[in-house]
Amino acid sequence: MAASSLATLRSKIEADLRGRVVSPFAYRDRNTFELVSTGIPEMDALVGGLPRGAMTEICGAACSGRTSLLLSALASRTAAGEVCALVDARDSFDPLTGNAAGIALEKLLWVRCQNIDQALRAMDLLIQAGGFGMVAVDLSDVPTKTVRQVPLNAWFRFRRAVEDTPTIVLLLEQEPHAKTCASLVVRLEAGEARWTEASERSNCYPFAKLLRGFSVRSNLVRSRVQVPEQQVIDIRGTAIFGCAPTRSADREMFETETVWRSR
Amino acid sequence: MGFACVYIADFLVQAVVRGQRALGDGALALLGGAPPLWSVVAANPAAFEAGIQLGMTKAQVAQFGKVQICMRSEAQEKAAHAALLDAAWSVSPRVEDTALDTVVLDLEGLTVLFGADESIARELARRVATIGLVARVAVATNIEVAIHAARGFPGITIIPAGEERQRLGVLPVGVLTTEVETLELLERWGVETLQALAALPALQLSERLGQEGVRLSELARGVRQRSLVLAQTSSAFVEEMELDDAVEELEPLSFLLGRLLDQLCARLEARALAMRAVRIRFELQPSFEKDFQTLKEDLRTKPGVKQYEKVLTLPVPMRNSKTLLKLLRLQLQSDPPSAPIQKIYMTADSAGPRVAQNGLFVPCGPDPEKLEVTIARLAKLVEEGNLGSAELVDSHRPESFRMSRFVVASEQNKRRGKSEPRVKENSDAPATVTALRVMRPPQAVRVEMNDEQPAKVYLRGMRGQVVAASGPWRSSGDWWQEDGWHQDEWDLEIEFVPVGAQHRCAPSRQNHNSPDSQKFECASGTIRIGNEKDGPRRGLYRIYYDALQQSWFLRGVYD
Repeated sequence: MAASSLATLRSKIEADLRGRVVSPFAYRDRNTFELVSTGIPEMDALVGGLPRGAMTEICGAACSGRTSLLLSALASRTAAGEVCALVDARDSFDPLTGNAAGIALEKLLWVRCQNIDQALRAMDLLIQAGGFGMVAVDLSDVPTKTVRQVPLNAWFRFRRAVEDTPTIVLLLEQEPHAKTCASLVVRLEAGEARWTEASERSNCYPFAKLLRGFSVRSNLVRSRVQVPEQQVIDIRGTAIFGCAPTRSADREMFETETVWRSR
Repeated sequence: MGFACVYIADFLVQAVVRGQRALGDGALALLGGAPPLWSVVAANPAAFEAGIQLGMTKAQVAQFGKVQICMRSEAQEKAAHAALLDAAWSVSPRVEDTALDTVVLDLEGLTVLFGADESIARELARRVATIGLVARVAVATNIEVAIHAARGFPGITIIPAGEERQRLGVLPVGVLTTEVETLELLERWGVETLQALAALPALQLSERLGQEGVRLSELARGVRQRSLVLAQTSSAFVEEMELDDAVEELEPLSFLLGRLLDQLCARLEARALAMRAVRIRFELQPSFEKDFQTLKEDLRTKPGVKQYEKVLTLPVPMRNSKTLLKLLRLQLQSDPPSAPIQKIYMTADSAGPRVAQNGLFVPCGPDPEKLEVTIARLAKLVEEGNLGSAELVDSHRPESFRMSRFVVASEQNKRRGKSEPRVKENSDAPATVTALRVMRPPQAVRVEMNDEQPAKVYLRGMRGQVVAASGPWRSSGDWWQEDGWHQDEWDLEIEFVPVGAQHRCAPSRQNHNSPDSQKFECASGTIRIGNEKDGPRRGLYRIYYDALQQSWFLRGVYD
C-alpha cells in the first residue's frame, strides 16, 4: 500500500515537473563531465582534458605559457568544427599567432574588451547564448586586485549557467579566483627558453639566432573532474571519453615551439 | 472548380485597423478630402449603426461620442493591398489584381494541394486573416460570378456550375455597377435584384441602355466570360505608418515597429520568403528648439523633411519578428534618432529561407537568430569594431588583420551551396605554438645599445638586463604611402629589476605570483615583471625599433 502511494506521489511530481526538470529522481553525479583534448598531450595526461559544462582556470604569471595553452585548446576545438568565443579583457590576442597555432579564425568570435566589467558581461551573454564549444575569457593582464573584487556569486552564476551545456568555460588569470566554482584549476610556470645556437660564420652577428620556444611546467592545483567509467568511442576522434585518467603525477611539462611562418 | 475571389469588405477601414489594432471592433469613421473640408469617406458597420453617414463633416462626426475618428491612410491601404496579393500568391501563382479590395485566383490544379473548393476557400480566408484582414471568399466557375458573389455574400460562398443565375438572383443590382444614373434608372423600372434584371429581355435592354445594358444582363445571368489578367509578382515588401502624435521614446516606438515587423513577417511567410535585411526610415519632426534664424537657414539649405535611416543587415535570412525587433531596438539604442518620429517606413529585402538541416557529424553551433541578438548586445557593450572574427590581411605589416562580421561558418557555406569543409590536419604543425600577447598600442621603451645590440631595456621604472637576444629582423613597406613602416624587431630574454634595486642574477626564469611583485600599469594592461622579495625575473619579449619615429617600442610578451 505504502509502495503504491509512493509510486503515485512520484509519478505526480514527475508529471508536475515535466518539461522543466528531466528525470527529477534520477541520480546525477555533477562531477562527471565529458572531457575534450586540450591539444597538448602532456596536459591531457595531467588533467584528463577540459571538462564540458564546467569552468576551468588556467593561472600563472606572465610568460608562463597560459596563452600558448589557450591557443592550443582553441585550435583543437575549432578543428573539431566547433564555434568558439574569446573574451579578451585587455585586447591582447594576436590573430597571426592564433592562425599559426591552427585556430580557424572564422570560427572564433573575438570580443575585444577594455576592462574586466565588459569582459564579465560579455562572458555572461555568450554563455547564455549557448551553442559555443568553448568560451575562453582572458583575464591574464587584469591586475589580481581587480579580479579579486569580482563577487563569488558571479562565479556561481557562471557555473550554474554553463552546467548541463556542452560549453567549456576557460579562464586565464594570474591567480585562481573562482574558488569552488572551477572544476579544474591548473597552474603554469615558465621553464627555460630555448634558442638556436648562433653559427660560427655569424661571429660578426652573435644575435643571429632564433627563439625556438620555452618549456612550461604545469601543476594540477585542484580537480573535481571524474572521468566516466564507461569507454565511449567518439567517431570523430576528438573527445577523450574515459580514456585519459592516467594521472600519474600532479606535474607535467610541455614545450612550446615558435613558428616563424605566420601564414 | 474554377476561380476564387477574395473581397475585403470596408477595405479602407480594415486597412487602417490593420495598422492600428487598438482601434478594435468599435465604431470607426474615416475622414478624407482636403483640409479643412474633411468629410467621412468610409465607416464600419458599427459606425453606420450609430448614425454616421458618408459625407458628414468632422464636426458632425465629433458629436457622436462613441465613434472614433481616423484619417484615411493611402499608405496603409497600399500596404494592405500588397499584403492581400501576397496572401493570394501563397495559394495560387495565377492571381488577378482586380481592385484595391478584390483579387481573383485561378484554382486550376489546387485540389491536389488543398482538397475540395471549400477547403481552398477556408485556407484562403485563414491566410488573409494572418495578414490582419477579414475576407469574403467566393468560388465559382466564372470570374465575374465569383467577384459578385464575394461582394454580395458574407463569409465563404461556393457556387456550383449551373446555379449561377439562381444564386446571384437575390443580390441587389448595386453589386454590378456603381454608376448612379444607371442605378436610378433601374430603380425607376422597379428592378432591384439581379433576378429581376436577368428576367428583362436583352434586346430591349440594349435599346435603352446600350452595350452597358447587355453587359449588365449577362452579369446578372452569370454567363459573361472573360480571361484572367495575371498580376506580376513583386519582391518589394514595404510597410509604412503615419503617426498622429510624434513618438519620442523607444518604448512606444517598439510597439509600432513590432506591429510593422509582424505584418512584414506575415507577408513574407505567405510568400515562403525570409528577410535578408530590414531598412527603416523615420520622418522626424522639425526641431523648434533652434532659434528662428537657424531654423530659417536649415529650411533654406535643406528644404526636405529631416530623415533618419537605418539598415539592419542579417547574416542569415530570418522571419522571427521578435528577434528582429530585439535587433532593431539594440540598433536604435546605440544610435537613437535626433528628434521625435512622425512617420515610419519599413522595407524588407527578401531572400529564400535558410536551411535548418545540419550535417549528421557537424557539431551543433549557436542558433543563428540567438547568436545575432547576442552579437548585437555585445556590439552595444564593446562597440561594433571590437567584435567579430579576425581576418588576416595579405601583408607583412605588423598587426595586419581586420575585423569582419562573425557568421557561423556552416551558414555561410549553406548560403553558397557548399558542404562543410573538412579541417586539414597538418602533421608538421607543432603541438604548441609559442603565443605572443600583443600590447595595443605598443609601449614606448628606452633601450641601451652595446655593440649594435640591445643591452639594457628601461620600461616604466624598471630596468631590464638583456640575457639573450635575437635580431634585428628588419621589415619595411608601404614607403610610398603616408603610413609606411620600417622596423627592426628583436626577440629578447630580459631580466627585470626595479631601477635602483641591487641587481642579482637568477639562475633560471622563475615564476612569481605574489601580490607584492612589481608591476607597471599601461593603457592596454598590466605586466608583472619583477618581484621585490624573490629578486628579478626573466621574460621573453618582442621589442622593435621604429626607424621612422626613431624610437623603441614593446610589441608584446611571449606567453
